[in-house]
Amino acid sequence: MGHSRFKEKMIHGLFFLNGLVAVIVLVGIFALLVTKSISAFREISLSQFLFSANWNPTATFVAPSYGIWSMIVSTFMVSLGALCIALPLGIGTAAYLSDVASARVREIVKPIVEILAGIPSVVIGFLGIVLVGPVIAKVFHTTNGLNALNGSILLAVMALPTIISLSEDALKSVPKSFEEASLALGATKWQTLVRVKIPAALSGIIAASMLGMGRAIGETMTVLMATGCALEMPKSFLDSVLTMTSTIAIELGEVPYNTTHYYALFAIGLVLFIITFVINMISDIILHRYEKVIK
Amino acid sequence: MNNVKIKVEDFNFHYGKTHVLKKVSMDIVANKVTGIIGPSGCGKSTFLRSINRMNDTILGAKAEGRIILDGRNIYDDDIDVVEVRRKAGMVFQKSNPFPKSIFDNIAYGLRINGVKDKYYIHERVEKSLRDAAIWDEVKGRLNKNAFELSGGQQQRLCIARALAVEPEIVLMDEPASALDPTATLKVEELIQELKKKYTIIIVTHNMQQAARISDFTAFFMMGELVEYDVTSIMFTKPVKKITEDYITGRFG
Ligand SMILES: Nc1ncnc2c1ncn2[C@@H]1O[C@H](COP(=O)(O)OP(=O)(O)OP(=O)(O)O)[C@@H](O)[C@H]1O
Ligand SMILES: [Mg+2]
Repeated sequence: MGHSRFKEKMIHGLFFLNGLVAVIVLVGIFALLVTKSISAFREISLSQFLFSANWNPTATFVAPSYGIWSMIVSTFMVSLGALCIALPLGIGTAAYLSDVASARVREIVKPIVEILAGIPSVVIGFLGIVLVGPVIAKVFHTTNGLNALNGSILLAVMALPTIISLSEDALKSVPKSFEEASLALGATKWQTLVRVKIPAALSGIIAASMLGMGRAIGETMTVLMATGCALEMPKSFLDSVLTMTSTIAIELGEVPYNTTHYYALFAIGLVLFIITFVINMISDIILHRYEKVIK
Repeated sequence: MNNVKIKVEDFNFHYGKTHVLKKVSMDIVANKVTGIIGPSGCGKSTFLRSINRMNDTILGAKAEGRIILDGRNIYDDDIDVVEVRRKAGMVFQKSNPFPKSIFDNIAYGLRINGVKDKYYIHERVEKSLRDAAIWDEVKGRLNKNAFELSGGQQQRLCIARALAVEPEIVLMDEPASALDPTATLKVEELIQELKKKYTIIIVTHNMQQAARISDFTAFFMMGELVEYDVTSIMFTKPVKKITEDYITGRFG
């Protein structure tokens, strides 16, 4: 008796430890970003950092400037663009899989969607350069197709698996009784889907898209390869853009240690961290509330 | 019998390999309450769901024979299922309001039918709620979520929702099984009121209830229609011994 109690306590402790490690790592990363960023903000004012679009940390003849506003705008532009593409496609596919497709089709399509999630981002970026880029250049008559639109398309492809499988789960968990009630009133399958099932699954779908969005914002390699990396305030989706992640990836390797520039890159990381953290948290809250409603 | 609303002819139903309804034939009379009784698993719900083709949604289900509604076999290839379901509304055993407001629950059936006129929708919503004897309880809170209502109120809301699209037939699958005696009584009174306008088919496990509310009673067993007659005859001098045994509670 005492023995099994002890064992239970051990297992309990082990799981607690696991959770603790995850939290410590998270807090550690956050602390690292904050301490390094603080050094940056000794030199740069926070408002200038966030809202000035002038990023020129290696200026020699004038004072260096550290404004990341154009990168923030670029990041959101590419990510929101991705969401605009991925959301209708993702919800459509999820609805198709949960409501229309035969069991056979579903068994073929679902693994394919999951494989899509496993494609390395370098490969997707590569496709952006050799495939999506030329197509964009041809369609919109631009010199090269490496721009925000290209990034959005690629990120959409990367966000799709998350959005599809979570939205499908959400649609699947809508009680069958809602569907039957709607059909019995003379609603078509389509009306039932649009007016009953999707609204009932909405919070799940929103959570899914926010997770997809969180992933898109933090994605680096694909964006780096496909968006052209031009440091400018973007005016349209056909402009080349430089996102926050690209800046860090490009500059961190070459920047001298412990300079303001070096710290400023950490500060960009902190901003990214906060943005994705907030997005994930919101989606988590929505998801929890949604689970309660379903029960 | 005169004034037949639904004519069931040699109707068979299968779920995959299970033969659930066997050669059922019966005439259902307009503006009367027809009660369906029988032991659990005998196919009552399946029979009810065959009349509005709700079984279509079940994989591997197969129907044979005819169910003729107003002269048209609803299992003909060129029949519009949506049309059938508008004619034959359904109230489920477990109340199933949508996670929407009380108002939107009732208005749903109108809106999917393309009704846009707000005034008309308001009018219909009120009328349906009155017909379902729940208006006085909800009139002050039509914008509240339907899940805030009690179980009995939710069931009457579902009845109102079915009435809102003005069906001709109302199919009820043990509508009172989850209700307390008072709510049950309300629903029973309501059914008496409704038969003036609608043809009602109701499944029930409760013999007293069947005797109280139905004009005709059909007794099913193992997928077969054993006996079908005017309720007073069924409950006093049924032809078959087995019917009598069931009704008097000697089994089942
Ligand atoms: N979706 C389904 N798939 C396969 N078999 C089913 C399905 N629904 C019902 N059945 C079977 O069909 C038979 C009749 O079921 P039905 O629900 O019509 O019975 P019932 O008379 O309504 O019973 P109860 O009084 O318990 O509600 C049962 O044997 C049941 O197991
Ligand atoms: Mg049943």
